[in-house]
Amino acid sequence: MSKPLLEVENLRVSFPTHSGRVEVVKGLSFTLGRERLGIVGESGSGKSMTGRSILKLIRKPGQVTADKLHFDGIDILAQSDRQMRDIRGARISMVMQDPKFSLNPVMNVGEQIAEALVTHQKLPRRDVQARVIDMLKAVRINDPERVAKLYPHEVSGGMGQRIMIAMMLIPEPELLIADEPTSALDVSVQAQVLDIIDDLVTRKGMGLILISHDLALVSRYCDRIIVMNAGRVVEECAAGQLENAQHPYTRGLLAAMPLINETRDELPVLDRTQWAGT
Amino acid sequence: MNAIELNNLDISYGDTQVVFDVNLSIPTGESFALVGESGSGKSTILRAIAGLAPNWTGAISVLGQPRTHHVDRAVSRQVQMVFQDPYGSLHPRKTIDAALSEPLAIHGIGNRGERVEAVLKSVGLDQRFRFRFPHQLSGGQRQRVAIARALMLEPKVLLLDEPTSALDVSVQAEILNLLKRLRREQNLTYLMVTHNLPVVSFLCDRLAVMRHGRVVEIADVSQLKSGQLNEPYSRELMAATEGT
Repeated sequence: MSKPLLEVENLRVSFPTHSGRVEVVKGLSFTLGRERLGIVGESGSGKSMTGRSILKLIRKPGQVTADKLHFDGIDILAQSDRQMRDIRGARISMVMQDPKFSLNPVMNVGEQIAEALVTHQKLPRRDVQARVIDMLKAVRINDPERVAKLYPHEVSGGMGQRIMIAMMLIPEPELLIADEPTSALDVSVQAQVLDIIDDLVTRKGMGLILISHDLALVSRYCDRIIVMNAGRVVEECAAGQLENAQHPYTRGLLAAMPLINETRDELPVLDRTQWAGT
Repeated sequence: MNAIELNNLDISYGDTQVVFDVNLSIPTGESFALVGESGSGKSTILRAIAGLAPNWTGAISVLGQPRTHHVDRAVSRQVQMVFQDPYGSLHPRKTIDAALSEPLAIHGIGNRGERVEAVLKSVGLDQRFRFRFPHQLSGGQRQRVAIARALMLEPKVLLLDEPTSALDVSVQAEILNLLKRLRREQNLTYLMVTHNLPVVSFLCDRLAVMRHGRVVEIADVSQLKSGQLNEPYSRELMAATEGT
């Protein structure tokens, strides 16, 4: 593999509280090439904070420190806000959890997607329009001309999420961070949306960080998995090796999921005292 | 006697009809699941039974009694609902104690302190949570409170609207175990809406698959476990679940 796209060493994120600063990410290190990395963990494990700190989206009083946080050779932590704006969207972009709260309600879909593009590139208006329609087709929206004129409240959740993906991918970033991209969606739509992300990521040779609490889903769509608990990595393995996970936390999460042919009378529950962090 | 019986039920919101000609009978003590994608009308059926979607025609009967179109005190003593989002369903400025005592006050039931203590114990919450506010609790703890509130009036039927979909898998396991234990202890009937088939497999005896406001298939959970659902749409749902 060539030079890694993203290098993270000893990443720490902390927030002040009444009883001193609390670290929510405690010394995370990983590297990412042009591959698909999954970050799994429960609420509060620091997985979203990791995603956000890569884009430098953590505002004061939150504090991010790292020995190294390099994206394609650029030191993210040393970038000014203005410089970050050229990176966000254009080179690294992020798909959020809920399309209902992440799309602008007073702007139609086509304009929103176009905005993402023209912020980073100067293009003639006709080309912009053509790119928007192509992108909507790429996320498998039928009748893209009609959908481009709709407002976010007029589209379904699954469609809204596809629109957000279109918006994030239209500037052709090199790294896509997807933070729970499907947890607001139905099971039947989830697979469709992830297939689209997967397809586009593979075709364009991008890097993907998929953040989710769903182990099964991550193991299906990623090459490598990091399991986080209480701000630390507890396990790192290849996606196919998840069943052979060693750490009791990972095993606990796997066992807590009901199966479609469930025969257990009671589901095993995590004994939290074992990893007591927070 | 059937706990819930629906005959030729059509439900509308304004001019839009969302549920078409649903017939279901759920015997007392059964745990029944409604599955299907968003917008298939499964939550609407629960809302109609609870009296929250009054615009319906057909017949709904609860424990042998025909149901009126509106919220009804006698029915709410027997049928209680648990909502999906534990963050949205508890009043943010009422303590857990106040939230749990309110149904008792409405129905003029005394001995509130002891009842609150007993219900907290049965949902596995420590007494120290009693005088806290919802924001001081985690998602799983809040869902326990929501279930406790539904149990305050000692109902016979619980309507569960996606009770675990807002929770982490490990917390989901705790809530599912709790629901299973409560049903055994208090001999409850469950009507649960979910889109998570493994949850159905764990908690339910039968299921109905819904699409576009109609029930397309009613099956036993053993059929689900062995993958022998008949309708193509049910199979599609199963495939989507197994894939992920």
